[in-house]
Amino acid sequence: MELSGAEIIAQFLHDEGVEYLFGYPGGAVLHIYDALLRADSVKHILVRHEQAATHAADGYSRSTGKTGVALVTSGPGMTNAVTGIATAYLDSIPLVVLTGQVPTGVIGSDAFQEVDSVGISRPCVKHNFLVKDVKDLAETLAKAFYVASTGRPGPVVVDIPKDITDPNIKIPYTYQSSIEMRSYNPVTKGHPFQIKKALELMLQAKNPVFYTGGGVVLGNASQSLRSLVRRLNFPITSTLMGLGAYPSSDEQFLGMLGMHGTYEANMAMHDTDVLIAVGARFDDRVTGHLEHFCPTAKIIHIDIDPSSISKTVKVDVPIVGDVDDVLTTMLEMLKETEQNSDTEALKDWWKQIKQWRKKNCLRYNKKTKSIKPQYVIEKLHEVTDDDAYITSDVGQHQMFAAQYYKFEEPRHWINSGGLGTMGFGLPAAMGVQLAHLDKTVACVTGEGSIQMNIQELATCMQYQLPIKIINLNNRYLGMVRQWQEFFYEGRYAMSYMESIPDFVKLAQSYGHVGMQVDQSADVEEALREAFAMKDKLVFIDFITTREENVYPMIAAGKGQHEMELAPDSELV
Amino acid sequence: MRHIISILLENEAGALSRVAGLFSARAYNIESLTVAPTEDSSMSRMTLVTSGSAEIIEQITKQLNKLIDVVKLNDLNVSCEQHIEREMMLIKLKAPVSSRDEIMRLSNIFRGNIIDVSDDVYTVELTGTSEKLNAFIAAFDCDSILETVRSGVMGIARGSSSLHL
Ligand SMILES: Cc1cc2nc3c(=O)[nH]c(=O)nc-3n(C[C@H](O)[C@H](O)[C@H](O)COP(=O)(O)OP(=O)(O)OC[C@H]3O[C@@H](n4cnc5c(N)ncnc54)[C@H](O)[C@@H]3O)c2cc1C
Ligand SMILES: Cc1ncc(C[n+]2csc(CCOP(=O)(O)OP(=O)(O)O)c2C)c(N)n1
Ligand SMILES: [Mg+2]
Repeated sequence: MELSGAEIIAQFLHDEGVEYLFGYPGGAVLHIYDALLRADSVKHILVRHEQAATHAADGYSRSTGKTGVALVTSGPGMTNAVTGIATAYLDSIPLVVLTGQVPTGVIGSDAFQEVDSVGISRPCVKHNFLVKDVKDLAETLAKAFYVASTGRPGPVVVDIPKDITDPNIKIPYTYQSSIEMRSYNPVTKGHPFQIKKALELMLQAKNPVFYTGGGVVLGNASQSLRSLVRRLNFPITSTLMGLGAYPSSDEQFLGMLGMHGTYEANMAMHDTDVLIAVGARFDDRVTGHLEHFCPTAKIIHIDIDPSSISKTVKVDVPIVGDVDDVLTTMLEMLKETEQNSDTEALKDWWKQIKQWRKKNCLRYNKKTKSIKPQYVIEKLHEVTDDDAYITSDVGQHQMFAAQYYKFEEPRHWINSGGLGTMGFGLPAAMGVQLAHLDKTVACVTGEGSIQMNIQELATCMQYQLPIKIINLNNRYLGMVRQWQEFFYEGRYAMSYMESIPDFVKLAQSYGHVGMQVDQSADVEEALREAFAMKDKLVFIDFITTREENVYPMIAAGKGQHEMELAPDSELV
Repeated sequence: MRHIISILLENEAGALSRVAGLFSARAYNIESLTVAPTEDSSMSRMTLVTSGSAEIIEQITKQLNKLIDVVKLNDLNVSCEQHIEREMMLIKLKAPVSSRDEIMRLSNIFRGNIIDVSDDVYTVELTGTSEKLNAFIAAFDCDSILETVRSGVMGIARGSSSLHL
């Protein structure tokens, strides 16, 4: 088959099984767009801002496990995409981002819409390529998909100068389904000796706890994790990124840990003697002050990326490997061993955990007339089923969603954890909805965050995406305001949102349904009404209590055991 | 502690900037860095001198290994019993008649070569460990040194252990 560079791209995406391409056209990618139109190979989704293209591809990926793909033009198209690329990088999400570039002959001459895309993206990609010869194009694309999706996943940028896609230059093309790279061979199998050593330690443990993260979701290891945790009867806590990998409703689940984690999860971490970290990277939001982090624990750490291990916290038993592979091996070894876990000690441990649970750290006053954000999330959980996908923006609403929506399945909680990108929620929801056309998708957001990519309401209209937008409108950049209340004596510098649009009218102007609710008593009814509109995007603007704080909270510099709980005064 | 890390790198445009970028982004320090193609022109060999605690050095090698363009690497202070390091320097010295004997004498002691001579300037070529080059420089007063250029450290393991594909 003789194809032009542009046709190779269209054909390759088809051969690679790419379902959607999220993009936005411009001069440098016009040949590609023309080829895409004629080839009709993948469905192209026209976003309204390149940041949204990357977030939508990202949401698609997080909810399916497949690689998300975006296409943007050179210069401003590429720079607009950077936030989305960095967002995917920090959460280890596999993306391939195709960026147009000026023709090879003028690279470096400050040509129209030229930026050094490889240079700009280098620190926030797993890898990037500049295609300098059309003969390298197909292989480079194959490498990009291979690198993005294997090992510790991440975004890969392929920068494609315009002359590489020239419709008049045709070369032979064959699809390469597998690729080898001498410099890239990610390890997947854990070392059996290390796994055995870990298991022995686990079986001797008196106060063990599983600390699981996004790696379990990324590695599709939910089933093996569930089997192992239940088999051992150990308590388990999860990071923000791992929620859903283990069912929240299960008795053994302690809730999220970390800065806004539950009392029982953080106390169990503090007192544990054997910590089993699985696909989690000891982020500072999780560890709190390092000196007080799990002071008495022996630490086992399973991670596919050696550089995640002993990065901030020194571990005792490192296991480099794919989570699912390691956990499955553990289950097999357990079948063969005579050794049993210390059931007596575990009984006491669970007794202690029960005591901590009695604090009921997530309680709040449900009898208010005005709307508590926590209440909206609890009702959202009630109204939707376990198969609903919830995306979120960044701020207090994100934490409330993580704490009060009880996730039962992996890949159903979609949020930006590492970069904390406001504006992620709506475009991510588009990618999720496109991947799961008949499923419920809701985006929990705030009046600050939603305005960062509000233009995507037009994309939602064009492609008829019936997302439900749950806007927790506190008229504040709430998360910032909370910090100012706690650490700046209540000086609210620039955290107040003025000139907030009428979201109901705004939604309507895009052709969607808008609703506003300001009474607690109306929350459930409004949600039911909205979710009953199966084929419409509904924007529900919940006017919530203004100065709500997210509790529990471990303040910066404090230890895990120094959590602050909601003061009683807030509970009446 | 000071470590010498030897790296086989894909000979690709941008590979060097990935290594340099990693060091600046993660605030690791680079004392010196040399790079040139090997006998296999598809690969470059880089020698990187850095310093840091054991934990930091461990992170540095892990992060370097993660770069897709890094084919293979060795921390010469860890992976082999002994290693050799060499650096080359070209140094341009003021050479009035009164100090020519002294320059020649010192060059001999340090096993250097005078490789260029003009009316009142000598250029000396010297190879050795960084300390040796430093000592040579220290033997002259600042005023008489017109220019120095150093290659940065190259390292290789002693004996049969070697870094190759
Ligand atoms: C406002 C705000 C507040 C936050 N508060 C909290 C909080 O209270 N608690 C909290 O937990 N987080 C919180 N976060 C999120 C936090 O910033 C980090 O994003 C999060 O803690 C990291 O999660 P993780 O450790 O699961 O790592 P991830 O970023 O999900 O990394 C996954 C790890 O798994 C590894 N991995 C990937 N694939 C595999 C595989 N197949 N096999 C083995 N390993 C694999 C990777 O190498 C990596 O080390 C907050 C974020 C924001 C924006
Ligand atoms: C792009 C971006 N800019 C700034 C921030 C810092 N920031 C974190 S939370 C937050 C406030 C978010 O406000 P809103 O969306 O209304 O949510 P709320 O906290 O009120 O629920 C800000 C400004 C960020 N995370 N992302
Ligand atoms: Mg707000």
